[in-house]
Amino acid sequence: MTTYTPLRSYLPPRFRVYRDDARCIRCRACETQCSFGAQRYDEEDDLLLADDGQCVGCHRCEALCPTRALRIEPNPSAYRENANWTSRDIRNLNRQAETGGVLLSGMGNDRPYPIYWDHLLLDASQVTNPSIDPLREPMELRTYLGSKPDRLEFADGRLATALEPQLMLEMPVMFSAISYGAINLNVCKALAMAASQMGIRWNTGEGGLHEDLYRYGQSAIVQVASGRFGVHLDYLETASAIEIKIGQGAKPGIGGHLPGEKVNEAVSATRMIPVGSDALSPAPQHDIYSIEDLRLLIFALKEATRYTKPVSVKIAAVHNCAAIASGIARAGADIIAIDGFRGGTGAAPTMIRDNVGIPIEFALAAVDSRLREEGIRNRVSLVVGGGIRCSADVVKAIALGADACYLATAALIAIGCTLCQQCPTGKCAWGIATNDPLLARRINPEVAAERLVNLLTGWEMEIKEMLGGMGINAIESLRGNRLRLRAIGLTDRELDILGVLPAGQ
Amino acid sequence: MRERQTFTLREGRAHLPADNMHYRPLNELVHAAVARGATHLRVSGVNGQRYLADGLRGDLALEIEGVPGNDLAAFMDGPSVEVFGNAQDGIGNTMNSGLVVVHGSAGDVIGYGMRGGTILIRDHAGYRVGIHMKEYAGSRPTIVVGGRAGAFLGEYMAGGLIVVLGLGAGDRPLVGDFCGTGMHGGTIAVRGRLEEAHVSPHVRVSEATDEDRALLAPQLEAYAERFEVPLALLEDERYWMLRPASNRPYGNKYAI
Repeated sequence: MTTYTPLRSYLPPRFRVYRDDARCIRCRACETQCSFGAQRYDEEDDLLLADDGQCVGCHRCEALCPTRALRIEPNPSAYRENANWTSRDIRNLNRQAETGGVLLSGMGNDRPYPIYWDHLLLDASQVTNPSIDPLREPMELRTYLGSKPDRLEFADGRLATALEPQLMLEMPVMFSAISYGAINLNVCKALAMAASQMGIRWNTGEGGLHEDLYRYGQSAIVQVASGRFGVHLDYLETASAIEIKIGQGAKPGIGGHLPGEKVNEAVSATRMIPVGSDALSPAPQHDIYSIEDLRLLIFALKEATRYTKPVSVKIAAVHNCAAIASGIARAGADIIAIDGFRGGTGAAPTMIRDNVGIPIEFALAAVDSRLREEGIRNRVSLVVGGGIRCSADVVKAIALGADACYLATAALIAIGCTLCQQCPTGKCAWGIATNDPLLARRINPEVAAERLVNLLTGWEMEIKEMLGGMGINAIESLRGNRLRLRAIGLTDRELDILGVLPAGQ
Repeated sequence: MRERQTFTLREGRAHLPADNMHYRPLNELVHAAVARGATHLRVSGVNGQRYLADGLRGDLALEIEGVPGNDLAAFMDGPSVEVFGNAQDGIGNTMNSGLVVVHGSAGDVIGYGMRGGTILIRDHAGYRVGIHMKEYAGSRPTIVVGGRAGAFLGEYMAGGLIVVLGLGAGDRPLVGDFCGTGMHGGTIAVRGRLEEAHVSPHVRVSEATDEDRALLAPQLEAYAERFEVPLALLEDERYWMLRPASNRPYGNKYAI
């Protein structure tokens, strides 16, 4: 959504477009590729000109320039150094003085808060409990998400306990919720295809399930959120699991507004709302004001689907999430998804994105500990997301107590996203966070799916290597095994919360 | 509490005694009756069992004797449900199509996210009725409340029609506070009187035109016929039409 700016902006451009004119062949690819209007061809002088002020630093032109004539760099013209009033603050103050609006950003919190994954180190075997070579020995990453019974009973050598429905994953990773509307159908397709090929799951977000994606329904987790967009019986029945979205790491306590501009024919048909109308997701679900109300919706969904699939409840990582998670487990959820404060988004108020919520590492440790103390950890699976950057983060999360991890930002980066944070403009030059048909064509679903499959295949091998190094041959044996972690550079209090010993001890 | 119960089925008509059953086996029984060809189901002795007609679809008719529990007709797609008694919270949650008739009063959060079909409530309704109702393609959801409705009526409403008739309301306000907050589509019609203090600034109020009355006529007729109220009683009165002041209430909120 662009806001009309009646007042003159005094802000210097954020980026500079450097062009090596000796290399430029006037192919005008940069002009075509730039969806923000930063590149223009001047016919009279046969020159390509840049309007630095329009450049968002997405590097699309640079990547597509056939002669590598372009270089995008931060604008060296900076304000006078000031440790209190950074360029970022001055820029934000000006933008608000010009528009009177709420500052809006895309993708996740980019502030330099500590990343606790980088303070955790993994164990490895030496001499005793020898390490295992995953290249020659079987290594089990298969993960079942869902409620597990308190005890198992057997009769005549067979399992007699009835099991709750489970989601079987070939590795402890899933694609996190990104709604159709926020991203286009090509990206949804790529996520669905990759998930289906890798035996994991993708998540529709609250944008409904496009008719072309029903064939990937068995790989889909469908969301039910406050706007109830596209939620109907076929949608619920097709999916492999249902997720009730209470909150999101990028904007805890905040709803979502898909601007009317993004609600085209296909988005309208999928969300089941009129073309061009704002899709407003209220901050709370107005039928859920308590754990009892949440239980009501969980079982309404279970009844509607005849208890055939797990129901997940997704919350943002906030201060009291351990107590909330306990309530969610007791409300009958099969899976609890917790989204840390680094989680991405197509649009969030900047102040919320950058200042609300807590790191997923602490939330996970606190929730896992709490559920164990209460003796109900088996009743739910824990899925964590919000800043999972690599396979080592996944392994550390599992050791801290997660059953699986949710990825979204990492997946989008794998298909081209450069984190320029322009998602709310709908002009994504990489063809991801846009419904403009010309831009969306830049994502070929097959190619993007291949990139995602490659990413996951790489992670899968790395996870096996790390497990093997610890002398473990099944991911189950690492789950919640915090003795396999050591911390570096943390206070005693942080160690207590994480339940991890310091390195050297 | 009885766990297992049976039903009788004759020529498509099933009778299911719900006496003291938990909702889960009771709803299983409903599904079993439908699977065996029942198209008219009478569920008697209902006493707070939840999720009746939840996720039910097709050309079915349910008669419920007693007070059904929360989330009656949630996600329902097609059937018609008639309740001979009061009903509780969450009727028609995310309902797609069909009809719910309540011969009494209903609780809170009626028709949340409802996308199609009709809910007729003879008497009063609680708080948060019709939140985020929306219309799409040929579907236009409708809720008629015979008496008065509580606070937050039509909050975040995106489409459809809510009619509040105010019968038997005495001196009490017909709608509660914050009526139509965040409303960005659809229409709320209030019969007789409306206190401005209850209406959200997101809403524009006008007196019903002939066109509006034509819009209301089928709903009034349905109510009058179903609950045996003289149609003239409903028609001979002013109606206040509440419509969103903007279909983009938060359109200019942001700086990118």
